[in-house]
Amino acid sequence: MSDTPLLQIEHIRKVFPGVVALDDVSLTIKAGTVHALMGENGAGKSTLMKILSGIYTKTEGSIKWQGAELDTRSVTNVLHAGITMIFQELNPISTMKVCENIFVGREPYKIKGIMIDHKKIIEDTRLLFKELEITDINPNALVGSLSTAKMQMIEIAKAISYNSKLIIMDEPTSSITDKECQHLFKIVKKLKKKGIAFIFITHKIDEVFQISDEITIMRDGNYIGTYGTKDISQAELVRLMVGREITNLFPKEEAVIGNVKLEVSGLSVEGLLHDISFKVHKGEILGFAGLIGAGRTEVMETLFGIRKMDSGVVKVDGEAVNIKSPKEAMKYKIAFLTEDRRGSGCFLPLSVGDNIMVCNYDQVINSFKKINTVKEKKLCEEQIEKYAVKTQNTTQIIGNLSGGNQQKVLISRWLMTEPDIIILDEPTRGIDVGSKSEIHKMISRLVGRGVAVIMISSELPEVIGMSDRIIVMYEGRITGEVMRSEATQEKIMRYASGIIE
Amino acid sequence: MKNKTLKEKLLNIYGKAGVLLILLLMIILLTIMTDTFMTYRNLINIVRQVTFYAIVGYGAMVTLIGGDFDLSPGSVIGLTSILSTMTITGTDRGIGIPLLVAVAVGLAVGFVNGFLIAYCSMPAFIATLGTQTLVRGLALYIANGKPISNLSDKFTNIGGGTIGFLPIPVIILVVLGVITWYMMKYTRLGRHIYAIGGNAQAAIVSGVSAKRVKLFTYIFAGVMAAISGVILTARVASGNAALGETYEMKAITGCVIGGVSLNGGVGSIYGMICGILVVGVLTNGMDLMNVSGYMQKVAEGIIMIIAVLLDVVRAKSATG
Repeated sequence: MSDTPLLQIEHIRKVFPGVVALDDVSLTIKAGTVHALMGENGAGKSTLMKILSGIYTKTEGSIKWQGAELDTRSVTNVLHAGITMIFQELNPISTMKVCENIFVGREPYKIKGIMIDHKKIIEDTRLLFKELEITDINPNALVGSLSTAKMQMIEIAKAISYNSKLIIMDEPTSSITDKECQHLFKIVKKLKKKGIAFIFITHKIDEVFQISDEITIMRDGNYIGTYGTKDISQAELVRLMVGREITNLFPKEEAVIGNVKLEVSGLSVEGLLHDISFKVHKGEILGFAGLIGAGRTEVMETLFGIRKMDSGVVKVDGEAVNIKSPKEAMKYKIAFLTEDRRGSGCFLPLSVGDNIMVCNYDQVINSFKKINTVKEKKLCEEQIEKYAVKTQNTTQIIGNLSGGNQQKVLISRWLMTEPDIIILDEPTRGIDVGSKSEIHKMISRLVGRGVAVIMISSELPEVIGMSDRIIVMYEGRITGEVMRSEATQEKIMRYASGIIE
Repeated sequence: MKNKTLKEKLLNIYGKAGVLLILLLMIILLTIMTDTFMTYRNLINIVRQVTFYAIVGYGAMVTLIGGDFDLSPGSVIGLTSILSTMTITGTDRGIGIPLLVAVAVGLAVGFVNGFLIAYCSMPAFIATLGTQTLVRGLALYIANGKPISNLSDKFTNIGGGTIGFLPIPVIILVVLGVITWYMMKYTRLGRHIYAIGGNAQAAIVSGVSAKRVKLFTYIFAGVMAAISGVILTARVASGNAALGETYEMKAITGCVIGGVSLNGGVGSIYGMICGILVVGVLTNGMDLMNVSGYMQKVAEGIIMIIAVLLDVVRAKSATG
């Protein structure tokens, strides 16, 4: 048993119409280990996992599960074999209770096929939670009311209840707090001892070294290598992932800070935001730190006219403005890169070109209101080149691009509007190190030109590394403001947890 | 494994030229199987029949690309038919006033649909099913069971006449087609329709006035149905409250066969015209081969289901 690996993926090749997404990729997972799968966006990690979990079909290659060929043509077949995938974007049935979510599709019956045994569902969930030391979730709570981290715990619990021997987690820590992350790792370590294996897809290198036993690196759809975590250094890992050395992770350049560009005072939204006041200057990066759910995104949505403001004053260049819709916000040269790339960013069925142009038709419309398609194509091609978007051409459907490349397209969409104020909500979430540093450089160039930047980020090193000033929020209020020179992770965390000195 | 790649290949080919291929295949088969299909008379007959569906189809396509659908066009045709002929019955007036009345009807019904869906957040299915019933009822009530006849030749000529060898409705079809094509390809409004269908939330965040654009798609669909209605009335030479029943279904079927996605954001006028021709040629073929009218209904239903199935498979293969 011990010499047969749990899972053997060999020589996988996956071809999408016109694109080779994976070329000769192999991966071996041993029981009771945590295996990190690393690579830049577009390296093919997600594609590989989707093949394994039965969502995509492979073009060539073999997948062996406990020594025998595994039929990955159906999702349920893979699930029953003992492989569970937990996606980055969780899709629980939010109108159902926690316990119902765990047992959905295989409810125990009091009378077979007629009457569900609700008591047993709750009891079984309690036992499951006890085993996993999940103490802070009520099995009767509605899933929709829970935080992302708790939903993730529920997904893990569900996987365990299916007797899964391999749990795949795609970016599990990208939207949860440090504390929740430690809890997650504790559970992972416990389950590992029981022989359950994990595949972790993540971009956070320090976490990889904290939790994993082995690391497999992929790049551009190719298999680069597998290493014991103990045998590889962080610098070496990053070098293998990007194929080049990244010397400066946060290329913050000093920019001249000018006059106040945007001033918000007393902004409130009933039950959500309380008395939010702040200023941003020209050429300044204002960071917004805080835990998930602190209300940072909501502040920006209100500012941009997506949400209605109950009270408060917004001033642009010293003049009070009344922004009621994103369209009006754009008139004041404000741009907003939203946090939810798929939900409110990309037009998935449309082409890369259409996605770039949606806010920018003004630039290609002639006096008869006709769109000049030749000029349009040229502009889009310039943008693709400028932001190094990996795509065949501008007519490629954006849904076929990797997350990092989609993000670059969205950034180019907003920068083409030539904003004076740009709000970046988690601009580098779920993005590989290479693209990340490209985006950081882009931000630096923007402030160099006098643009006022507001950047929300849940990654403390990023906020501290990039911002001139950091505002910290906690439960809908601003609890602290920290200058760049005095910013430390501890200080920000204190404010973010609502600890007032 | 092989099956899957073959399926992907087929879908790929279908996506590029599929509708046209199916259409050609049907034409070849019918030419071989019947003596009457490949005659000038019959072909012009098909074109005349298809024209009315296709004009409704422009509107259906625009609402579908915008991410919703419209069930009311058939009823709009009925109401248009009654109201437009009432204004000219017994006179020798031409198309002018009836056309104005028709456009007013189309605007009004389209506005109600669009307002309910965009501004009152009503599901399109319920809202347009409601107006479908309401508008048809109104037409039947006003007509009170009697058709309106006694129309001038000047008027009926619009439906039956030709300029050169081209039937006038076909000329109108082409003109409206060019307008729709231009709008969808070369105007900001057209692109915004694709945007709201592709991702409504993202469209709002990108500064698109999503509600206004959605309202427009319904007004456009209403007006197209109304224009189709007035020409159809001229063709049948009487105002009839029952005119145009199930036209919306034929139009939507044609759109979906032609690659317009039911999920929004995808579709082209070229595909849609081919799709509607497929429906038209098939109906004509069944007529020529003496398939019973009841059986034709069965066939229509099957085609509708196949078309939607195709759309589902297509959507699935686009994301996977």
